[in-house]
Amino acid sequence: MTEDAVAWVLLAVVTAYACAGGTDYGAGFWDLLAGGTRRGKRPRWLIDHAMEPVWETNNVWLIFVLVIMWTGFPVLFQTVFTAMWLPLALAAVGLVLRGAGFALRKPTQRLAGRRVYGAVFAVSSLLTPFFLGAAVGGLATGRVAPGTEASADAWSNGTSVIAGLLTVAATAFLGAVFLTADARRFDAADLVGYFRLRAWCSLAVLAVLACVGLVVTRDDARYVHDGLTSGIGLAFVLVAVVSALATAVLLYRAATGWARITAVASVALVVVAWGLAQRPYLIPTSLTVSEAAGATTTLRWLLLVTAIAVVLVGPPLVLLYRLDTAGALQPLTEADLRRTAAGREPESP
Amino acid sequence: MNSAIDHFLADGPAQLLPARELMAFTLGSHILLVPFGVALPAITLLMHYRGLRKGDAVALLLARRWSAVMAVQFAIGIVTGTVLSFELGLLWPGMMGRWGDVFGLGFGVEAWAFFLEAILIAIYLYGWRRLKPWTHFWLGLPLPLAALMGAFGIVAANAWMNTPRGFSLDASGKPVDVDVRRAIFTPMFGPEYWHFVVGVVLTAGYVIAGVYAVGWLRGRRDRYHRLGFTVPFSVAAILTPVQFMLGDSIARSVFHKQPVKFAATEIVWKTDTHVPEYMFGRLHADGTISGGIKIPQLDSILAGFSPDTKVTGLSSVPASDRPTATQATIAHWAFDIMVTIGSLLVLLALWYGWCWLRRRDLPRSPWFFRCAAVAGGACLLTVECGWITTEVGRQPWIVYQNMRVAEAVTDTRAPTLWTMLGLVVVLYVLVFGAFLTVLLRMSRRWRLADEGAGTAAAPGDVEGDTPYGPRPLSTTGGKDGGGT
Repeated sequence: MTEDAVAWVLLAVVTAYACAGGTDYGAGFWDLLAGGTRRGKRPRWLIDHAMEPVWETNNVWLIFVLVIMWTGFPVLFQTVFTAMWLPLALAAVGLVLRGAGFALRKPTQRLAGRRVYGAVFAVSSLLTPFFLGAAVGGLATGRVAPGTEASADAWSNGTSVIAGLLTVAATAFLGAVFLTADARRFDAADLVGYFRLRAWCSLAVLAVLACVGLVVTRDDARYVHDGLTSGIGLAFVLVAVVSALATAVLLYRAATGWARITAVASVALVVVAWGLAQRPYLIPTSLTVSEAAGATTTLRWLLLVTAIAVVLVGPPLVLLYRLDTAGALQPLTEADLRRTAAGREPESP
Repeated sequence: MNSAIDHFLADGPAQLLPARELMAFTLGSHILLVPFGVALPAITLLMHYRGLRKGDAVALLLARRWSAVMAVQFAIGIVTGTVLSFELGLLWPGMMGRWGDVFGLGFGVEAWAFFLEAILIAIYLYGWRRLKPWTHFWLGLPLPLAALMGAFGIVAANAWMNTPRGFSLDASGKPVDVDVRRAIFTPMFGPEYWHFVVGVVLTAGYVIAGVYAVGWLRGRRDRYHRLGFTVPFSVAAILTPVQFMLGDSIARSVFHKQPVKFAATEIVWKTDTHVPEYMFGRLHADGTISGGIKIPQLDSILAGFSPDTKVTGLSSVPASDRPTATQATIAHWAFDIMVTIGSLLVLLALWYGWCWLRRRDLPRSPWFFRCAAVAGGACLLTVECGWITTEVGRQPWIVYQNMRVAEAVTDTRAPTLWTMLGLVVVLYVLVFGAFLTVLLRMSRRWRLADEGAGTAAAPGDVEGDTPYGPRPLSTTGGKDGGGT
């Protein structure tokens, strides 16, 4: 069915955002915990370099999530943004602070300015995923239904808090794994160990939070809990656990390239498992996919637009990541922006 | 303005005014960055091409510096733009819930186009050092196309709000039988799109040229400033008369498709022929007009090329279905300011064109450069004015004749929204202030470096050498990579 296909697209885009955006938030998280100016200099240097070329792309996924929600499932969009008003508003504020902080830190040369922008960037890297996760967790509890008005209860309950913390921990995990790989890529041997340790720690925290989450959701978000602990949902969760453990081992063996893949897989599988667990609902247990679906013609067009986009956007996206991992993407330095810059002789076409 | 606030308050729920102000403020801020998001890559690529083609180091330096500016500007544009997507849900859930599937597809196109733009811009901005020069240029070349595609989606959505179609209503008033093609290509789409695209390109052109016009006036009359001025100014000057025609054409489309909005922008009260044109002036609630310059017959002539043209007046629809007198006055002033600035810019473009044709050189008069220096700011003002004209002129509708703004607004309580507005204003002032400061510092740094070219580092760099963060990898990689 068309609406199911669009729901799958939505889930795929949410997963992509969780992984790409998550890595990005995670880098910000470690920026926050990197310590003072002197101690944090090296990790921050790496974080800046690793994030720079790709952070905008990583965060554009969020816009798709919103667009597919309102075009494909208008009622879902209306319900979520009405009931989850405050966390989403705060997440939006966090996005502004984060982006602005990161973008302005780089061209700023004064230390005081860099400190302020860096702090703003790092703190909002923590808060934004927390609020987004809390909103998603609140939806899983069934406290929200079409027509529900905004209330603190919808997003400040146990499940929401755990979901928010899990989101932050997952971003920290992804960020640390990717930064370990980047440290190797940039030949910064000291930072490999630094971020590897952090990846292991965040994985441990993640495991503890997941166990707490299992207990909390048992009564609080029964439908999703059942979906995640039985059938296909459970299978996905188990595979996710295996790949998370594999990540830990791969990091130990210094196979950072593979570790990146398994880390992304573990987060992606959990998101997909959560999506499967709440089938056929978009909001358990009040709004199903077919109830929320917009006009069929629009959904078909949305799929068509998506298909065209995959063809158009896919290759450049692959190119970007390849160029980035090959080290071909480097920021312009002050020296390049000087009149004395060695003008590279242009070739003939 | 106070009476405007009274009207707003009287018209809808208490949260309507803060919701509106919040949307207006965030969109009004974001729109200032839009011209650069759409057109700065194109103008930079033009300069880049010149640099590569002619082996011109100055042109390449300009293109690199514009890239450095673009990197910051694009990031601020992304975050302020994402806020708008959130606000569609946070402020206007009623509109998105009811109409999302009818007009949302434009946003779908926009989102993917924007994704493509983000990818390509990353490759372009970070490709200067390591990619082969021409490969780098060709990878950047699709950027303007992606930007045009993105603009397509956004303008399609806005045009639909002005002239909604592509659906029918069932008994309960819900839209059914959605026809996506008709919903995207609405009557206002074509005029709005071309007016928008040309408008943002020429705005970006004038703003960039203005920077170098200031340098020129301060006596920095070197090739660097000449080139930095000429390329963007020529683009803008060529487009200015085109925009004048397009603006005239969109006004006539509004006259045909949204007669009440046209009446508001021209403060026409009574449907009539031989309608006079008012330059500025103020419309009162009883239909009288005070102040302004009255030109007999002109409005009818502009609308239909003949004084006998019948122009629909505001009073042709009930007061609840049309903008209030204050709103009409706001839209009218915005429209007149836009037209006035547009006309002055045509004169400026002609001045430039005349000198170029006669002497193949820039005008000599400092007054030309003074005008060119303020043209960018004036253009940004017209962008705001154009947007105010179309949005305020549509009131009280969010979806013209189908949904009122008051029906679409969130249930969030007014105090919450006022608090959020206060927070956002402070935040945006800080972000935009920091953005401008960073740009000015960059420009100052480059200027100092240029003046002291050859000598070692400029004084401002002393602190820069011991940054909080990293130094770039490549050239100084050894120093950093070793660890200290």
